[in-house]
Amino acid sequence: MNIDLFFQYVVAGITYGTVYAIVAIGFNIIYNATGIINFAQGEFVMLGGMTAVTFHSFLPLPLAIIVAVMVVTIIGALIEVLFIRWLHKPSVLRMIIITIGISILIRETALHIWGEGVQALPYFTGTSVSALNLGGVFVSPQVIWVVGIGAIVVVLLNVFFNYTILGRQLRACSANRDAARLCGINAKNVVTFSFMLSAAIGALGGSIVSPITYVQYDSGTPLAIKGFTVAILGGLGNSTAAVGAGMILGVLESFSIAVLPAAYKDVIAIVILLCILFIRPSGIFGSTEAARLKEF
Amino acid sequence: MKARYLQVLAFVALVSAIQLLTRVTDSAYHLTQLTMTAYYSVLIIGLCMLVGYAGQISLGHAGFFCIGGYIAAFLTTHDLSMHKGKPLVALLSKTGILASRPDLYGGNLLTFHSWAACVVAMLTALVIAWVIGGPVLKLKGHYLAMATLGFGTIVYRIALGTTLLGAADGISDVPPFWVLPGIEISGNASVRVMNYYIAWGLVTAGVVLLLNLIHSRAGRGLAAIHGAEDAAEAMGIPTARYKLNTFVLSAVFAALAGVLLTHYNGGIGPSEASVMKSVRYLAIVAIGGMANLWGSLFMSLVLNYLSLRGYFGTYDDAVFGCILILIMLFAPEGLIRRSILKDLKRFVSGGVAEETGP
Repeated sequence: MNIDLFFQYVVAGITYGTVYAIVAIGFNIIYNATGIINFAQGEFVMLGGMTAVTFHSFLPLPLAIIVAVMVVTIIGALIEVLFIRWLHKPSVLRMIIITIGISILIRETALHIWGEGVQALPYFTGTSVSALNLGGVFVSPQVIWVVGIGAIVVVLLNVFFNYTILGRQLRACSANRDAARLCGINAKNVVTFSFMLSAAIGALGGSIVSPITYVQYDSGTPLAIKGFTVAILGGLGNSTAAVGAGMILGVLESFSIAVLPAAYKDVIAIVILLCILFIRPSGIFGSTEAARLKEF
Repeated sequence: MKARYLQVLAFVALVSAIQLLTRVTDSAYHLTQLTMTAYYSVLIIGLCMLVGYAGQISLGHAGFFCIGGYIAAFLTTHDLSMHKGKPLVALLSKTGILASRPDLYGGNLLTFHSWAACVVAMLTALVIAWVIGGPVLKLKGHYLAMATLGFGTIVYRIALGTTLLGAADGISDVPPFWVLPGIEISGNASVRVMNYYIAWGLVTAGVVLLLNLIHSRAGRGLAAIHGAEDAAEAMGIPTARYKLNTFVLSAVFAALAGVLLTHYNGGIGPSEASVMKSVRYLAIVAIGGMANLWGSLFMSLVLNYLSLRGYFGTYDDAVFGCILILIMLFAPEGLIRRSILKDLKRFVSGGVAEETGP
């Protein structure tokens, strides 16, 4: 493998890694607020891509993406209000099954609305064949968009969680919900907000990556598994580490294509997931202390 | 006679009554779907044992089903006649493990005998379940769900991506399962009634086995694990071993279901390994009342039959998704349970049902 090809694989890995990191951050936000793993997280990404494509048929691109993100945010809020808000201390098994049920409903609804075909937004700048030459490595402008927007999302989230009242309330709820409630924080609304935030981030991720990866009604589940792998790899609840973990998984996966048939690409992520779960469930960046897991 | 054998007798009577009903109404074609339902039910009762009694969620049982089905399909269709000269093949055919049969074009196929293939398939499932079960069952909650989901997805991806296994088309032209001379498991209309009874007889045998297990020392140990694993461990119950054994048992049930349904249908495709299938099995166990073998079996009979007859149309998966959500929201202990009348009364009198945990 020559050096140019090597970097080509790295760039592809980083692109996919950004998407996985975005899904993982979505997992983390809800996990931090509620202790629930939302198995429908991948469906938010799929919905984001799908609705953006639909809105783009009569709206300009930036507006279509914004409207799509808003629609999916509302769907996220509805899911929380309808299925989760009124449950009194549900068991983990019950929450797993409910969120799986939700993901199936979303997927089946998408199938009936959009059919089985693949859809994609156009490239934000240039076309599918235009490429920027970065010192010998050819990079599609869309890759810059994906990585750039991904980086902005991570920075904004950090600002949000550290410097805004709402963000701090969310962190307070994740640290100790009862204590947060005693301080006058409406914990239920915070949970609803965490679903909205997570849906919004997922939808944004789905829109920006759809020109490269395409979306389909069933593209949510693989994304959810990979996003979960990344979330675990970085340590559940730790969103900054999730970015690093996303890059690792993305690059590993992209190099795996050089060795294995592309049909087995998904298998790589899952094998990594299983290995981490078996060997080091606290993640490679996480410490083994349980307290660390809950801190954002 | 113990009460549970009366239940088994009632079940046998029900199965026979259904067959007689189709005979009287001259609608024997229903038996085809009912036979397929029976094989899915074999998987369901095994899964019910794992999820309901041992309290370990699995989203990967379609994977074990497919391991069974694909191995049986591959071994009974993969022609070895060009390797006849090789000593291993010669040895296998001499011991009767390989059997030759004519193919559609008059040639001769040398493949594994269906019994041998079945044994290999079940042993493989057993070994795989044993190997992955150890580390997987150490996990709890979300991690366990994701790990089993991951396992199921791996099987699906491999089935879908391997040309030797027919990729997206799967394997077809699987021969009948020759149980004994004159008895075969296949979709031929001439043996439909016999196959119906073979399939449901197998379910009955499985139920008897599991009922005895539930009422044994091991079964009570499993109930303790479901209730509180740490407490069970403290009481001296070997929790890890019990969980692993149940996992392996349910995997073997799933593989057997896969083998027989593949022979009955004459083929298998990768969709049998899809995540949706695993979710569907879990939905049936959930609606049947989790730790309720008869409930799960009954719901399996009803839902699988309706689904296979195509009553849910294109909303097939959506129906099972809805069932999962509704059951878990409003009746986490399942639809079929003893306290159902009491709950209905309470619901009618205005109080929302209180939570009592899983």
